[in-house]
Amino acid sequence: MATSNRSFAWRLVFWSLLRRRSRLLVALTGVTIGATVLLGLITLCYDIPKQLSQEFRSYGANMVFVKAEVGGRLTDEDLDKVGSILPPDRLVGLAPFRYEPVRNNMLPYTAVGTSFQDVRRTSPFWQLNGAWPSGPGEILLGADVHEATKLVAGQRMTIDGRNSRQERYDQDFTIVGIVSTGGVEDGFIYMSLQDMGKMTREEGVADIVEASLTSGGEPLQSLADLVKGAHPAIDARLVTRVTRSEETVLAKLTWLVYLVTLVVLTLTMICVTTTMMTVVMERRREIGLKKALGAENKKIALEFLSEGIMLGVLGGLLGSFAGLLFARVVSYSVFGRSLNPEAHLVPITVAVSVVVTILASLWPVRRAVDVEPAAVLRGE
Amino acid sequence: MTDSRKEDGSLGNLLDIEDVSKIYGPVKALQNVSLAVRPGEWAAIMGPSGSGKTTLMNIIGCLDSPSSGRVVLDGLSLDSLSSAELTAIRRESIGLIFQQFHLVSYLTALENVMVAQYYHSLVDEKEAREALENVGLGDRARHLPRQLSGGEQQRVCIARALINHPKLLLADEPTGNLDEANETVVMDILHSLHKQGSAIIVVTHAPEVASHAERTIVLEHGRVASDRQNASSSS
Repeated sequence: MATSNRSFAWRLVFWSLLRRRSRLLVALTGVTIGATVLLGLITLCYDIPKQLSQEFRSYGANMVFVKAEVGGRLTDEDLDKVGSILPPDRLVGLAPFRYEPVRNNMLPYTAVGTSFQDVRRTSPFWQLNGAWPSGPGEILLGADVHEATKLVAGQRMTIDGRNSRQERYDQDFTIVGIVSTGGVEDGFIYMSLQDMGKMTREEGVADIVEASLTSGGEPLQSLADLVKGAHPAIDARLVTRVTRSEETVLAKLTWLVYLVTLVVLTLTMICVTTTMMTVVMERRREIGLKKALGAENKKIALEFLSEGIMLGVLGGLLGSFAGLLFARVVSYSVFGRSLNPEAHLVPITVAVSVVVTILASLWPVRRAVDVEPAAVLRGE
Repeated sequence: MTDSRKEDGSLGNLLDIEDVSKIYGPVKALQNVSLAVRPGEWAAIMGPSGSGKTTLMNIIGCLDSPSSGRVVLDGLSLDSLSSAELTAIRRESIGLIFQQFHLVSYLTALENVMVAQYYHSLVDEKEAREALENVGLGDRARHLPRQLSGGEQQRVCIARALINHPKLLLADEPTGNLDEANETVVMDILHSLHKQGSAIIVVTHAPEVASHAERTIVLEHGRVASDRQNASSSS
C-alpha cells in the first residue's frame, strides 16, 4: 500500500497519541474540562439573560405608554399601534389601565379598568384571594379597600360617580376576589375596561398601557424610541426601577461568567502547557533521535503542534457534549427550565480549544526544537 | 551550504579530519586529531572511557562541531556550517547505529525504518519492508520495539541507518548491549554491508569487534595513540 509523507506524518501523530495513552489522557482531560466549562458557561451566558428575563417579568411591567398630549387618553387604536411595533417573541403582555375617581357609600375610591387576561401576564406578582372576574359586573377589591369596606368575595358593591361630561352614574358589581400586592395596587377597585366604559358611558379609552418585555436583542430604550418615532402622539417610557436593576444584574452576571470562562481557559492553558512540557521532557531522547536522523526543526515543531491540534479537536468535541449537558443540568436545577442547545457553539468551542492547545504548545515546542541530539543520545 | 568539493583536494577520501580539537570548558576531549577514511573502508575507533571516541563520532556524524581543525566529508567541508546545514548532511550522507538502539517506542519496526525515509525524502513502505527483510526481520515488521529482543532492535536500527543509502555508516558500540549470538548476527550484517561497498566506522571498546574492521584507530586522552591496518578482518 502506497504511503504518502502526509499520511505518514499523521500516522506518527496518531500513534504518538494512541500508544502513549496515559499521557494523552492527562492532556485530554485538561482540554475536555476546559471545553466543558467553556461551552457550558457560554451556553448559560446565552441562556441566563433569557431565563432571568422571564424571572424579572414577575416584577411587573418594564415599559409604559401614555398619550403625549397632557391629559390625553389612549384609544383601542393606539393599543393596536403599540402592539404591532413591539416584537411578539419578547412581548409577555400588554395591559391597558384606566383610572376613574368613584365613590362607595359616599367614600372616595379609585376604580381601575383593565384587561384581567393581560394583567395576569404583566403583573404576575398579584396575590388573589378569590377568583379572577370572568364576566360582566364582576370586580376585584384591593386589600386596603377590602379592609376599609369590610366587603368580601361574593358580596355586592355599589359604585357611583360622574364622568368627564359631569353626568352621574351608579352601578352594582359583584366582588369575586381580593387583590394584594403590598403596594399601591391594594388601594384600587378593579373592573374590566368594558364594564368601566359602560358604567361611565365613555368606552374604548385608557390612561396608560403597561408592557412587559423580555431582555435580549434590541435594548428596551430603542424599542421605546421606535414607538415614539412611529407614533409621536404616544409617549413610551421605561419603568427604570425595573429595567435598571434587570440590566445591572444581567450585566454583572454576564461579566462574572466571562471572568470565570477566562480563568478556566487560563487554567486549561496552564494544564496543557505543563502536560506538553512533560511530554517534551519525556521525549527528549526521541526528539534527539529524530534530529539525529535528519529531522528539520520545522517537522519536529509540526509534529508537536499537530498533537496539540488533535488534542484540541478531540477535547473540544468531548467537552462540547459534556458542556451542553452541564449547561442543561445547571439550567434545570437553578431555573427549573430546560434550555435549547446552541449547536453553533460547538464548532466555536472546538476552535477555541484548538487555539488554546496551540498557544499552550508553543513554548514546549520551542523547547523541543532546541534539543541537542548528541547530548540526549548519550543520556544527558 | 558551501560546497568545497573542488577546492580542498580531498577527493580521494570519504572523510578527512585535519588537526581537530574539541574543548569543553577545561576538558580537552580531542586534541589535534587527524585521520582519513577511504570510500568503502571499515575502520574501528577504540579507546578507554573518556578517550574521546564518542566526541569524535559526534563530530564525524555532524552531531557536534569541533572547536578547531577541519572536517571534510565526501569532499564537503563542515566548517562553519549551521545546525540546519549539519542536519541536512546527516540526513543525506550518514547512517547512525546506536548502542542503545534508540527506536521510537510507539512505532512498529517498519515505521521506525520509514521514519528515516520520512525525514530524508519520501516514505516507501515496500523498500522499508525489504530493508527489514535484509536484516532478517521481515516477519517482525509490525512489532513494537518492546516486543523485540535487543538483537532484533539493533537490526531494526541497522535497517533504519541503511534505508537512505548513506555514504558513511557510523556505529557506536553496536554490540555493546547484545549477547554473543546477536553480536555475531550484527557483525555478519556489517560484513555484508562492507562487501557491498559501504564505508563503516565502528566505535567500540571491544577488541573482538574492532578486529572485524580493516583498520583500528586507538584514541587515548583525546589523541590518536595508534592507527594501524588489521592483519586480516575476521568474518
